[in-house]
Amino acid sequence: MFEAVAFYLFAFLTISMFYIAVTTSQALYAISSLAAGMIFISAFFFILGADFLGAIQIVVYSGAVMALYAFGMMFFDTTRDVKEKHGNKVIVIGLSIISAVLIVLIVGAPIVGSNIEALYPITEGAGNTQEVGMVLFTKYLVPFEVAAVMLLVAMISGIVLAGKKMDLSLTLMNEQEILKMREEDKTKKVLS
Amino acid sequence: MMEIGLNHYLVLSTILFAIGLVGVMRRKNLLMLFFATEILLNSVNISFAAISHYYGDLTGQMFAFFVIAIAASEVAVGLGLLIVWHKKHNNIDLDSMSTMRG
Repeated sequence: MFEAVAFYLFAFLTISMFYIAVTTSQALYAISSLAAGMIFISAFFFILGADFLGAIQIVVYSGAVMALYAFGMMFFDTTRDVKEKHGNKVIVIGLSIISAVLIVLIVGAPIVGSNIEALYPITEGAGNTQEVGMVLFTKYLVPFEVAAVMLLVAMISGIVLAGKKMDLSLTLMNEQEILKMREEDKTKKVLS
Repeated sequence: MMEIGLNHYLVLSTILFAIGLVGVMRRKNLLMLFFATEILLNSVNISFAAISHYYGDLTGQMFAFFVIAIAASEVAVGLGLLIVWHKKHNNIDLDSMSTMRG
């Protein structure tokens, strides 16, 4: 009973939040509703007994990813309205639904055919975090390390891409130096 | 109706995935496009966690972790590229990125 009420409540909230995030023309509304939707999704993980995944969802998405987007938005002019493509709405929505159903069929077909069996069954008497740790650091150790290297690569590429001219401080330069730097930027190609 | 099964979660995941795909197809601003991809990844995570719960198998949760890691690194690299593009062209609309059009 409680599970059903929680499921329908959070399903409604998540769908409405993501609908707002997709359809609104203001970037600030989009990022706020997206952050709310991420937190509501973690509720499903808690309902499903995946406590560690729910905590990670809140920490990574609402903490790291949303903060990164908020910092990114400061670079862009997000106060103006976002332009939209005005194509055929029936085609867009129809194609989206068809491909979403296809994805679910691809994932769900082996399950419905009951060809699946638990490779790493949940052990009795251990909390979710403990189970996750046991499986992650034994069976999935190599993918874990590869993911760590991938995050390192992403961090370095983020620093290299966004951090150009970070050795220069605009607060310590005077007006002429800043103007001279801007002029040099215009003549030089940033990304070629 | 009152018993929540695997199908409920799969249907919810389908709806969220469709919403994300609608966003990918109709958004022109690249930042909004990134929001839509986050929705796609999250909807898949829900179905992974649900399958993991209803089959008593932890593999689904593991894949959800790796999906989250990939999403985080995608955001870092993507925003870096967006900032570089914005410095050069002063906008982040998809229509301005037509140098590879055939």
